[in-house]
Amino acid sequence: MKELIKSLRYTFLALLASLLVGAIIIVVTDIDALKSGDFGKAFSTVFTAYKSLFQGSFWGLRSISNTITGTTPLLLSGLAVSVAFKAGLFNIGATGQMLAGGMTALWVGFTMTGPGWLQVPLAVIAGAIGGALYGGIAGVLKARTGAHEVITTIMLNSIASFLVLWLLKTTTFQREGRPDPISKLVVDEARLPRLFGFLDGRSDLVAHAGFFVALLATFAYWYLLKRTTLGFELRATGLNSDAAKYAGMKSKSLTVVAMLLAGGFAGMAGATEVLGTYGYASTSLAGNIGFDAIAVALLGQSSPIGTLVAAVLFGALQAGGRSMQANTDVPVDLIIVLRALIVMFVAAPLLVKAMFRVKSQVTSQGQTFRGWGG
Amino acid sequence: MKLELRGITKKFPGVIANDSVNLSISTGEVLALVGENGAGKSTLMNVLYGLYKADEGEILVDGTAVNFHSPADAIKAGIGMVHQHFMLVPVFSVAENVVLGSEPTKRFGALDIERARKQVREVSDRYNLNLDPDAIVEDLPVGVRQRVEIVKVLLRDAKIVVFDEPTAVLTPSEIVEFFSIVRTLTDAGKGVVFITHKLKEALTIADRINVLRRGKVVGDADPKTASESHIAEMMVGRPVQLTVNKATASPKQVVLDVKDLSIIDPDGRLIVENVSFNVRAGEIVGVAGVQGNGQTELVEAISGLRRTSQGSLTLDGKDITEASPRQRHTLGMGHVPEDRQRQGLVTGMTITENLVLTRYHDSEFCNGFKMKWSKAKEKAKELVQSYDIRTSDPDQMASTLSGGNQQKVIVARELSRDIRLVLAAQPTRGIDVGSIEYIHEQIVKERDSGTAILIVSTELDEVMALSDRILVMYRGKVVADLDPKKASHMDVGLYMAGSRPENAVGVNS
Repeated sequence: MKELIKSLRYTFLALLASLLVGAIIIVVTDIDALKSGDFGKAFSTVFTAYKSLFQGSFWGLRSISNTITGTTPLLLSGLAVSVAFKAGLFNIGATGQMLAGGMTALWVGFTMTGPGWLQVPLAVIAGAIGGALYGGIAGVLKARTGAHEVITTIMLNSIASFLVLWLLKTTTFQREGRPDPISKLVVDEARLPRLFGFLDGRSDLVAHAGFFVALLATFAYWYLLKRTTLGFELRATGLNSDAAKYAGMKSKSLTVVAMLLAGGFAGMAGATEVLGTYGYASTSLAGNIGFDAIAVALLGQSSPIGTLVAAVLFGALQAGGRSMQANTDVPVDLIIVLRALIVMFVAAPLLVKAMFRVKSQVTSQGQTFRGWGG
Repeated sequence: MKLELRGITKKFPGVIANDSVNLSISTGEVLALVGENGAGKSTLMNVLYGLYKADEGEILVDGTAVNFHSPADAIKAGIGMVHQHFMLVPVFSVAENVVLGSEPTKRFGALDIERARKQVREVSDRYNLNLDPDAIVEDLPVGVRQRVEIVKVLLRDAKIVVFDEPTAVLTPSEIVEFFSIVRTLTDAGKGVVFITHKLKEALTIADRINVLRRGKVVGDADPKTASESHIAEMMVGRPVQLTVNKATASPKQVVLDVKDLSIIDPDGRLIVENVSFNVRAGEIVGVAGVQGNGQTELVEAISGLRRTSQGSLTLDGKDITEASPRQRHTLGMGHVPEDRQRQGLVTGMTITENLVLTRYHDSEFCNGFKMKWSKAKEKAKELVQSYDIRTSDPDQMASTLSGGNQQKVIVARELSRDIRLVLAAQPTRGIDVGSIEYIHEQIVKERDSGTAILIVSTELDEVMALSDRILVMYRGKVVADLDPKKASHMDVGLYMAGSRPENAVGVNS
């Protein structure tokens, strides 16, 4: 618990530091204000921008709904990167695994018929399995041939994107009467229920039950690490693979298992997007989520709570960024800059410490991957 | 030249590595700096060499205060350092290595290798180092590589040469040679600082001995009058027992039988060649040898971490040649690995987790899916108590423990299982005298309870003191099987260096 507070403190300071740098960027890019020398206006822009950033993420039901919608896939794919980090693997393939899981869930979602209480879980599980199998490919390649997972997962991302593009043009998947690669709609029974569906006439509240899937997955991840034998083996392998081998653990099968789990989480991210947010699949299904997931896992230091906090933070920035763009001239791109800054400040704790004059030892960094030698 | 350290204090978060240390060294003398691991010897030398900045205190060269911001400043002031781990490029020649970093050049910056070779030859002749400037470093034995490091330091005009644990990697005969080089250096007017934890060597070579304990200089000793046990007491802070107390062994049935074992490494080199021996219940067999003569690989093969290319292994009569490490654990093999940080522990895990690392899969600690952490914690508490592991809380990270206590965690874990055989590689490397004493006691106790024990150590003293039988390994072969009660130190040393002493006594048939 103490360690958690400690690591959260640095995350918070990193957030503060990046907001400061972000403010400078807003000021120096406000050309009109600079030309007229009206710094008061520039500062009021910063104030309005950050105010609408906050309001757009947490103020009111709609903002909260948007934050939850953004957080859900980030959390699930963040877990996909975190669980791999714990086992000493760098999973860059959350994108591909999301696509694989999303397409599997989609297929189940528009072909099956039956009651919702059966269809929804089945479709989500199908997505998890699809993602797991896709992630497992990289695991098997690493265990069998030693091919580095960074390379294989990047390649598998490309393969997945083009596979999806092709699939969406086949008669099985393509929506009838559409020339572009867009899928059939998931049947209503298979849609993840909307969280605020009980409020009449608020169709703008898009948050869906995928958030609970993500929270449940976070709990499962925590349970895996802290309570199970498998989690113990994964952590030992990730922290010291030589010691794990010495202790009789089978590092090759653990590599495969870790990638199956990672793919499973990412697959669920794809599934909740298809079954919740969109109700269909397009080529932009995974977007940048698979890469943002890496930042989420790094920021959360691969811990269950940390990943959750980081995903909520990124989800909130995403939701607030849109309202910031709407209310000020500050473009939503600033959010990308802010996220990059946060990750940078977290990765450079000494810098943050120097800025805020925190006096203490360097806290241990979360578990990441072993590097190219592993 | 006279070099003085006055009131040097260096603090790291949570520890005072050096606490107002005073030290002086003049040219022409050998100062031995002895102390246990973690006593602050290396920190002090890093301050002297400009790698660390002292929090308090000053460094004086011939009475004037100097400020070292980097090793370059220290080198300029005439201080040279020979590190424990050599800083050489293996594929370069001796001359190329020696000039690396301050290469003599011809016009247009071309390397003047002729001049480099000449320089090496000159220095080598002057100090009797016997170095071939054209030899490739990776082909040279360790003792010669050390001389390359010495030439490097001398060529940069060092007047004071600091040796950090120089004998750790040398064979007994190389140590003798090394001492004669040290004498040549002092005769030529150089000062030598000799950092070591081996008291015998400090007594042999030093003109003065300074003892460091917990960052402080706790005393001086005159090597002419001081005894080993007296210095050891200063080092540890209490009387220590330097010999191992044990009754005569009464070996029973064969537990481990190694037959015609050969190991070929991935590069196709024969690392272990046709090794056969056995270890009986109730005896300690020690494998002596200089680092890198196949002992590491032999232990890895016995523990199942390395494939053998020929030969067989049996444990209690069962063939385990193809068994996995886990199967060997279950059959009763305990293994204290050579490198505790790399293999023996997961330092990023808690002490409790480390104490069950090789037995977490027992039904005692898990039900196949879920860990029984409460059981593990109980066990950890019990082991921390009975093996004297100094920690306030077994839920702390193993990295918070000192080296000695980390080793005790491994020993506790491996000996407290139901075992028939213990493989212990370098069981006391780099740990404090108190912990060494304790671990030796535990190993003897385990022997007396009827366990077969195989010790591998590069510390000849340890092998001699602990073993009931000594095997000497040289270039992958077992070259001698000796009785430590009869064989002399000198003879074992000769076997370790690959020669065959005449009229050797204590050779087992």
